This record gives sequence, structure tokens and C-alpha cells, in this order.
Amino acid sequence: MPEHATVGHNRQGVPAVHWPRNDYSRIPYWLYRDRAVYELEQQRIFKGPLWLYVGLEAEIPKPGDFRTAWLGDTPVIFDRDAQGKVHVVVNRCAHRGALVRREVRGNAAEHICIYHRWCYGLDGGLLGLPFRRGLKGQGGMPPEFDMAQHGLERLAVATYQGVIFASFREDAEPLETYLGGVITRHLDRLFGKPIRVLGYHRQVIDGNWKLYLENTRDTYHGSLLHDFQSTFGLSRATQTGGVSMDERHRHNLTWAKVGTDDDAEFGKIYKENKVHDSSLRLLDPGMVQFRREFPEGISLAICSIFPNLTVHQISNSLATRQVRTRGPGRFEIFWTYFGYEADDEDMRQHRLLQSNLAGPAGLVSMEDGEAIEITHRAVMAEADACSVIEMGGNGPIASLMHRITDVPVRGFWSYYAELMGFAPEDAIR
Amino acid sequence: MSGGALKEAAVDLLDDYAARIDDDRLEAWLDLFAEDCCYRIVPRENHDQDLPLPIMLCPNKNVLRDRIVSLRHANKYNLHYDRHIISGVRVRPEGDGARIEANFVVYQTSLEGESQLFAVGRYRDRVRAEGGTLVFVDKLVILDSFAVPHLIATPL
Repeated sequence: MPEHATVGHNRQGVPAVHWPRNDYSRIPYWLYRDRAVYELEQQRIFKGPLWLYVGLEAEIPKPGDFRTAWLGDTPVIFDRDAQGKVHVVVNRCAHRGALVRREVRGNAAEHICIYHRWCYGLDGGLLGLPFRRGLKGQGGMPPEFDMAQHGLERLAVATYQGVIFASFREDAEPLETYLGGVITRHLDRLFGKPIRVLGYHRQVIDGNWKLYLENTRDTYHGSLLHDFQSTFGLSRATQTGGVSMDERHRHNLTWAKVGTDDDAEFGKIYKENKVHDSSLRLLDPGMVQFRREFPEGISLAICSIFPNLTVHQISNSLATRQVRTRGPGRFEIFWTYFGYEADDEDMRQHRLLQSNLAGPAGLVSMEDGEAIEITHRAVMAEADACSVIEMGGNGPIASLMHRITDVPVRGFWSYYAELMGFAPEDAIR
Repeated sequence: MSGGALKEAAVDLLDDYAARIDDDRLEAWLDLFAEDCCYRIVPRENHDQDLPLPIMLCPNKNVLRDRIVSLRHANKYNLHYDRHIISGVRVRPEGDGARIEANFVVYQTSLEGESQLFAVGRYRDRVRAEGGTLVFVDKLVILDSFAVPHLIATPL
């Protein structure tokens, strides 16, 4: 007997959610397509009391370096000033709202809007504007116009191991508390030595952004959807691994260690579950070779940080992924790949070879784009049907020492519902 | 080869290349590459910044073969038809082969018949004569449309 949610907005047009279950094991499909929900997400999540991933300090190493990015639907500039301090400001002129920086990157002493040439410092402060005093005694801004009140909107900035986060709210909890020990330890592991940016991938997917956040928290699809991984031994559900969440269950770290299962056991289990039975081998095994660069031997780590960051380690391929919303039915994934300053040429080539594994053409990630698009297409018409999230158990949400689970997906929804004001009174967190 | 014959052979090679992808004859498409070939798709933003990261990198023919085997047996992707349009072919003789530059666009059509412009970019290739025909030694696909819609499964 399927359980139903009801699509609904109250009299003010604000979405009202009826959850069939209080443990977020049923997700109403209309939440993926509703315009009012989307607009509320922009306010309560992307401008909510939390930290958003902006970029990496290594992308703006020198004074004057800047890059542009998107936090939800909001355009931002992040840059480094003459003193070396990192700023994040909204990329929208304080005068009439035009984009101030149209380039993706560059180096400059100030940011000047082309429309009326209002000029801002790297910290977003308004430095000057033409004709402020008028021309030949005529026109100009009123004498009481206060330059200090009309800079670019500044975000609170915090960095952790060179990873730049920003918040639209002054009352967000400290970044380290927000991330929690599971995540900060993982960032220590990946960013604890100088990195070198290798380049970018972008992928635009026709689906709701939340489908991707679910995807990076649902660990059991990995060995089923991404056949390359299990076929060629990169990651298999039979390997030692697990999922670890922060206390509030908003972030998730899925991890696994290659070489901790045996081929015979894997073959038997996958055959019993009718997954596949393949004797395919790669002609060039470099693609799936894990060079043990981390002492604990973890070869796969997908770290999802609410709301717009995933950091992946797929063998020796390392990257951050920034999720950029583009309306209820579209989002972009912006990937920044990196290695380490200390990598020799051979290691650099190995990382470049393994960049084949991820990104829009990724041998173990191209399926995600397709899975999200076919889901989005199929649920568009639904008013009251729900998805079913019970793998790994229902009820309490907790970390696990296996990966046959989508419990972290329920963790995501529990924090999402709290921020959105959608949580039922007896909600399980 | 004379200049005219070389240009004709280069255009033939590119047309064959496109037809074999568009007809989903990817195993035959592999035959257009030398054993010591390198095939790369590089986002234009990386190329312009001298950042080395490709979207697809096959530094030898075995990796290229593995790609196709994986596509056939492991990967799942959007079911579609491809159609390549190649133009502006320029050929410059070099050693026992030539350098070729050309523009391309790829349209994708869904199984329900909807066509979309999928990719825009240019080829920068190095080819050489082998057994009376030209083969790719180095194929660099510089992708203008590097904000990739959906995903890239089949080669460009």
C-alpha cells in the first residue's frame, strides 16, 4: 500500500509539507519541482545560517587574484587583497544591480562596474563613482550620500585548510563546529599539504539540485549503477568501508579500502544478487591502480558537505564539486581537480589519467547525470507520490560500518526540513 | 602526397571519423588511430589557462580501447544518436604526415526524436600516413562548450 504525501501551499502561498513518516524515509516528489519551494531554498538554505563552499585559496594565491562563483543563484566574487586576506562579496553593483565582474578569473586592484563605473576595492568597499560631485556644479549625488553604506554586499568568510567557506549570516555557528570532527579530519587528510589546481570540469544536469545531494549521500548505488567500479575492481560493496556523519547528520563521508575483499567472494555475492558476472579486464590497468598516498589506505572517499560541496577521492583523483542551482529543474556541477605541489611528473600524469574516472565523461560518474535526469523526468507529474528510503534501516539516523545504505540521505532531509521550517513535530534527527 | 591529395585525404579521414561515431561503429572508429596515439578532450577554459586537466584522456591506444569496452559493457548513459558537422578544415604538411585543424559541432538526438546542439569546438590533430592511408597520432579536442550538458559518453 503506497503512502502518499499531499502537495500543498498555505494561504500565503508558502509550501506546507505533509511527511508520511517522521524519519524521512518517504520523500514527496513534488519537493523536487515546486517553484515556491525552490525560492524558499534560496533564502533559507543558500542564505541560511550555515556555511557555503566558495573555492580554494590555491586558486587565488597572489594579491589581487579573483574568481567568480555562484552560491545558489547568487553571483559572488572571491579575491585576495594586498594584505593577503580573502574576501567574498556579492557580484552585484550596489548602484543598479549589474554584475560587476563578468570574467571567471583575473588579477586586479579593484572591481569596476562597466555600467556607470562605480569602483569597489577588493574588500567590496565603494572607492568612488564618476560625477559624484556633479559636472560644472550641476547634478551629482546628494551631499549626504554615504559611500560606506554602498559597498558590495560582504559575506562572512572562514577558511579551513585552504578551503574557503562563506555565509550570508553573521549568526552561523563557527565553521569548525558546523563541519564537525568527521569532516575536519577528512579535510586535514586531503588539504593538509600544499595543493596544486589541475583544472576544471563543468556539467549541467537537467534535474533538481537535491537529487544530486541525495546521490552523493546514497552509498549503495555506487557498486550497482557505476558498473565500471565493480567490473574493474575499483570499488566493490564487499570491500571494508562505511558511512560517517556529523552529529546533526547533515554531512556524510563514505569511504572504502581497495584490496580488503577477495575476488571469489565478490563474484559469488554479486552473482547471487544478479548484479553482473563479468570477466572483463582493462588493457591498461593504470586507470584503476591506487597509489597508496594516504597512510590509512582509504582508496575511495566521497565527502558531502551541506549544502553545496562534495569532495571526492576516487583512487588518486582528487576534486571539489560545487553545486550551483539554476532553477528547480537544472543545476551545474563545478569540479576543481587538484594534486599536490610535491607530486612528481609521474604522479601528476597518473592523476590526469585518473581524471577519466570522474567529471561529465567520468567512467565512474557519467551515470549520475543520467540517473538524476531520468528521475527528474519521471517524477515531474507527481502530486502526492513519494520515494522510499529504507535501505540500511528506518527510524534513527546513524553512522554505519557498511555501505549498503541510504541512511545518510535521510540525514540530509532531516537537516533540510529543519532549515526550511518543514520538519514535523516528532521528527527524527 | 601533393598538397591537394593531402587535403583530400585529411578531409576523408575526418569524414570517416565522424561517420563511424555517428553510426555507432566505435570499434571501427578505433582503426583510425595509430598504436602510439593520444586522444584528449580538453575544456577550453583549462586549455586557455594552461591547466592540464582533460575531460577525457587516452594517452595510448589501449586506454582508448578500454574506453570503448567500458562504454559497451559497463557504462550507462543517455541513449541518443550523434551527428557530427565538421567544417573549416586546414591542413599543413609535416614530416610523414600533417597537422589538421577543423571546427566541429555535434548534435544529439534523443530516442524520441528531439535534437539538441550538444558540443562545439575545434580539432587540433596530428596525422601520419600508414599503409596508404592517414591515421591519427594525436587528436586534441578543444571543447568550447565546456559546460557539458547531461554527460559525455561517446567520443566527440
